[in-house]
Amino acid sequence: MQLAAIGHAHITSMLFFLFFVIMTLCITYWAAKRTRTTEEFYSAGRSVTGFQNGLALAGDYMSAASFLGIAGLVSTKGYDGLIYSVGWLVGWPIMMFLISEPLRNLGKYTFADVVACRFKQRPIRAAAASGSLITILFYLIAQMVGAGTLVKFIFGVPYEAALVVVGVLMISYVLFGGMLATTWVQIIKAVLLLGGATILVLLTLAQFGFSYGELFGQAAKMYGDKFLEPGGLITSPLEAFSLGLALMFGTAGLPHILMRFYTVPDIKEARKSVFYATGFIGYFYILTVTIGFGAAALVTQKVIMGVDKGGNMAGPLLAEFLGGTPFLGFLAAVGFATILAVVAGLTLAGASALSQDLYVGVVRRGAADEKEEVKVSKIATIGLGVTAIFLGILFKGQNVAVMVGFAFAVAASANFPALLLSLTWRKFTTMGAVTSLYTGLVLAAGLIILGPAVWIDVIHKDDKAALEKQIKEFETGSKQKIEALEKQKAAGRNLMKIDAAIAGEKRLADAKRKELNAAMPKAIFPMNNPAVISMGVSFLTGIIVSLLLPEKEAQTRFDDEKLQYMQISE
Amino acid sequence: MTRKTNILNDADFKSLSGRKNTISLVLAVLELVLYFGFIALIAFNKPFLSAKFSGAITVGIPIAIGTILLSWVLTGVYMLWANKKYYILVKKVRDKARGQ
Repeated sequence: MQLAAIGHAHITSMLFFLFFVIMTLCITYWAAKRTRTTEEFYSAGRSVTGFQNGLALAGDYMSAASFLGIAGLVSTKGYDGLIYSVGWLVGWPIMMFLISEPLRNLGKYTFADVVACRFKQRPIRAAAASGSLITILFYLIAQMVGAGTLVKFIFGVPYEAALVVVGVLMISYVLFGGMLATTWVQIIKAVLLLGGATILVLLTLAQFGFSYGELFGQAAKMYGDKFLEPGGLITSPLEAFSLGLALMFGTAGLPHILMRFYTVPDIKEARKSVFYATGFIGYFYILTVTIGFGAAALVTQKVIMGVDKGGNMAGPLLAEFLGGTPFLGFLAAVGFATILAVVAGLTLAGASALSQDLYVGVVRRGAADEKEEVKVSKIATIGLGVTAIFLGILFKGQNVAVMVGFAFAVAASANFPALLLSLTWRKFTTMGAVTSLYTGLVLAAGLIILGPAVWIDVIHKDDKAALEKQIKEFETGSKQKIEALEKQKAAGRNLMKIDAAIAGEKRLADAKRKELNAAMPKAIFPMNNPAVISMGVSFLTGIIVSLLLPEKEAQTRFDDEKLQYMQISE
Repeated sequence: MTRKTNILNDADFKSLSGRKNTISLVLAVLELVLYFGFIALIAFNKPFLSAKFSGAITVGIPIAIGTILLSWVLTGVYMLWANKKYYILVKKVRDKARGQ
């Protein structure tokens, strides 16, 4: 198959992309006229309906990682890729059952409103804002790196230039249009993404007479039965459990998702929006699985991995195979729009943590006027946008999935325990919440850095590569020597001596390989995902500190808080 | 203060609060069992998931898709209960509390 369009700025991609940009900028202009107050800036004046917010939530959540990453994983790893798509969804019901009511009824702009409700405001706000910002920054890095790579791949624009385009557009949406513009950007993107993926799946199934049996049969024929069976992805049950925890409870700790609960008029609409969002996201993941298997069967793994080793281009390649360059152009533009929208949502959430929690809550002790709040929000937006561009350039070439995993681990370990305990446990205290937040944050971040994904593959990348090169060189050398000896043996001279020499050479090679492997950098912490430890310790710290240093006022306010979020008292 | 304790000790309020907690907890536990059950199957019973379901399709595929669908259904169950039943019960207790 010839891949003419990948890597070149194709006219259809450009047109679709320009169309999206113009449309979203028009919306931003429209939204700007309706965005004056803080409430309008951060929560669109609480005017979004449940259905619209459901689409926007789905838009916030379906990042490039899920669109490109999961289809890529399925196409290269088969069934194991499916495990991810299940994992990314299961956090939504948990969020709905455990925290949706209090979140919507107690908070105003950020989840810190909820945690701080019955505690001392300043220390909690500072801690919760730190948790939010770290989560958002890691998420942002992942999206920016993804954007740069995707755009370079499809449009042929340099990585840095792509980041600046993303940064400038994202700042304009948020700065001028606030939550209203960001919400509509998410809605449009979600519709485009769901529509594009649906068409892709229909075209794929049309190739197999609309029979999943045929599609899977073809995939099994090409790559063996193993392709449809769980394989090597989950080798250690503990590691799998830990990743599961991070995915499940991390969703309920993502600031940009939690923030969307405040854009709807009431709790009834909030519940509806989670239901719709879960439906859209689930549907989308089921589509990506079909896209992944379809790409493996039609485009073939060889071609997919030839373009990108990680398989990230499986979806776009399948689009080109089925619909030619126009369809590829469309999907590429949708992919770019996806990243743009997610980045805008993240920036808005970051700005709310900076301005509402840190500036208004901590610096001004809750006494800032409207004009000042809006001004600080706008400065924070620009600051975050520029930071995102800078970080994207700094982290060029890093693994996107690792960064997103990072964000989820921090969200599950720092933000979630304090949020859940503050709502469900009467004896929880200010000190307990603060220590739990910081412990989770430091532990999750620290253990990820000390784990194999960062310690070996990022920090000691060069050492590992150098050793691997040495091993390879040595092995080729010893192989050549053995081959030379084998030739002599074939010639029939000095048989005994040659056999001994071959054996000696092999022993030497084994010893050397062992020696070099022993010198390989080792991760200080053995797991890739530390949530089982960092989240557990965060909960324990919060509980122990609260039991050691009880806070009477916080206990008495527990009932008031409950009456308030059950909406029995105002 | 007395008004607040009155509400807190009110039988209707207590049963409402208890019901809400039970439903949230039961659904959350169901979801946890669903997902970690799936993970446990992958970790400890690969042969079961690898068995043929229909043609080349293995049992693992409908189970994964089913986990996604069932999760969605559970959020729907909660939404319907909360928006239809719980909502009315809350209103009743609230009106009662205000009437005092």
